[in-house]
Amino acid sequence: MNIHEFQAKELFDKFGVPSPIARVATTPKEAYDAAKYIGVSELVVKAQVHAGGRGKGTFTNGFQGGVHLVDSPEKAAEIAEEMLGQTLVTHQTGPEGKLVRKVMVAKSVHIKRELYLAILMDRETKGPVIIASTEGGMDIEEVAAKTPEKILRERVHPLAGLQPYQVRKISEALGLTRNARAFGRLLHALYNLFIGRDCSLVEINPLVVDHDDDVLALDAKFNFDDNALHRHPDIAAMRDRDEEDPRETAAAEHHLNYIGLEGNIACLVNGAGLAMATMDIIKHFGGEPANFLDVGGGATKEQVAAAFRIILADPAVKGILVNIFGGIMDCDIIANGIVEAARETDLNIPLVVRLEGNNVEAGRATLAASSVKLENASSMTDAAQRIVKAVQAC
Amino acid sequence: MAILVDENTRILVQGITGSFGGKHARLSLDYGTKIVAGVTPAKGGQTFEHGDHKVPVFDTVSAAARETGATVSVVFVPPAYAADAILEGVDAGLDLVVAITEGIPVMDMMRVRAQMAASRTRLIGPNCPGLVTPGTGEKSHGGCRIGISPGYIHKRGNVGVVSRSGTLTYEAVWQLTERGYGQSTCVGIGGDPINGTSHIDVLKMFNEDPETEAIIMIGEIGGNAEAEAGRWAAEHCKKPIAAFIAGATAPPGRRMGHAGAIVSGGDDTAAAKKAILSECGIAVSDNPSDMADTLLKRWGKA
Repeated sequence: MNIHEFQAKELFDKFGVPSPIARVATTPKEAYDAAKYIGVSELVVKAQVHAGGRGKGTFTNGFQGGVHLVDSPEKAAEIAEEMLGQTLVTHQTGPEGKLVRKVMVAKSVHIKRELYLAILMDRETKGPVIIASTEGGMDIEEVAAKTPEKILRERVHPLAGLQPYQVRKISEALGLTRNARAFGRLLHALYNLFIGRDCSLVEINPLVVDHDDDVLALDAKFNFDDNALHRHPDIAAMRDRDEEDPRETAAAEHHLNYIGLEGNIACLVNGAGLAMATMDIIKHFGGEPANFLDVGGGATKEQVAAAFRIILADPAVKGILVNIFGGIMDCDIIANGIVEAARETDLNIPLVVRLEGNNVEAGRATLAASSVKLENASSMTDAAQRIVKAVQAC
Repeated sequence: MAILVDENTRILVQGITGSFGGKHARLSLDYGTKIVAGVTPAKGGQTFEHGDHKVPVFDTVSAAARETGATVSVVFVPPAYAADAILEGVDAGLDLVVAITEGIPVMDMMRVRAQMAASRTRLIGPNCPGLVTPGTGEKSHGGCRIGISPGYIHKRGNVGVVSRSGTLTYEAVWQLTERGYGQSTCVGIGGDPINGTSHIDVLKMFNEDPETEAIIMIGEIGGNAEAEAGRWAAEHCKKPIAAFIAGATAPPGRRMGHAGAIVSGGDDTAAAKKAILSECGIAVSDNPSDMADTLLKRWGKA
């Protein structure tokens, strides 16, 4: 799950990670009031969307840039007026762009140094790792590739937690010995936030030293563990459905795991590994998968019907491949679910079904006897070849 | 022989009185597996009945193990309580804990692993289908089925299977069985980023096991476990290995169902893993329909 910049700022405030004073606004009037409240003459107005590259983005109305420096509340309101309700296109949004519903007004900072600081859950060492670098404001992967010696990786013991000597070590590596106390407070606060909210990543890039020698988090990226959201109602409440694919939202309501892709062959599969493998085999035989869709190990008839409706809501879909390995569940029940879903949705595009497993003969017979137009496949290869051919013929 | 478990292994089920745990306890009993105890806090003293089977239920794992001689536990406990359930099995000194539960917070597993560092217990999973050592009866009846795999698709034989995914494991097993090749043990290690047993651990056991003659290894995008296992196998494993890596078409940065299946940049894409495994002398299949055939070819059976 992603959150907005102003929400990251709220979390920083809650845990005591220093960052420039800021307020969120949904109208030009609110932007004006925010600027007044902050009370300085050097301000920045930033469009709030879940995408990077905002500064270099373009609005579909021609307005340039999702990040602007302003010098008065009046100017802040003017810029907010230009951005709010408009669609911002950046290199991460795709050509359709993202509608800007909120802007953040913040104090502008005079930067002396830009640094990099992140904490992530490392699967190899099975615990938190702090990553620090003097090369802030840049793509960290690029720094890692070109100058790996400029990156410090510090493991934290999962049970002992962050130790003072580790803070001193990182502080020294970042050249922050003069600001050591402030940095120590910041790093401890950040670690508490990482652990306390089940983050899988919190990245501050850049972490800056300003002209007053204050250490501040200027921009942040968070990833949270979806499995732990149930114990963090404050984080769960930050979910912005407007920023998410409506198909994925609909799927989540039916406990289906759906991810929209660019292709035209939809797939409906039980199990995440098999679902990925089904996308792979479509591609292997020259097709393009339209989605990842895992109906889970114990899919019901209702879920299959819901899955069909979600798949068919995508106008790009020209054919459907159903791949079910019914280990425990009865293939005949699934077959009936498929037939019912196809009828209910007036299916009029090619459908290929590959069923295998428990009571498969009855399931295949149900499919063959139904009035629904579909092809029975005998293996994954057969299924993929059939659907790719059928869609290419359309 | 097989690895980890065989038809004599005595198993306790944590969460046997829940619908999911109960259903799979019954299926395991039907398969001929020795389910000897159940554990559900505050339900000790009850009996879990299925046909002629009467399985005693205990309040704690240590009591269940002491009274019944169970050495292996399978965990069907909801995610919020699963970490505690695993640690209870570790505390009771079991040989093996198999965690089926999906959706355990990563930090819970981080703490479990850190706490297990000095213990003798092996953990498999979480978020896994469990493991099966097929029996010699009809449709592999009489084997050891721990978890949620369909027992009947198996056949006793000489191929070891290790995988991060459930249904994809069934697919591989079914391909083998259909072609007349049985399995020594099939191990689902689970789809979570922090788990108890990795590909390399299972490869080492298969390599030592005289009954295992060839191996299918199934992986996914995310992490470096497959690459690590491949590099080890290149040096130490003399048995033929075939591999499939799911997720060649997965978009970067998106979690593909399994919490651990996410490409986070660099060497954890399907293409990168396949290239490393090929360099390590493993036969890599690009088509999930060909997992068994790829192995049989490398094994000199086809």
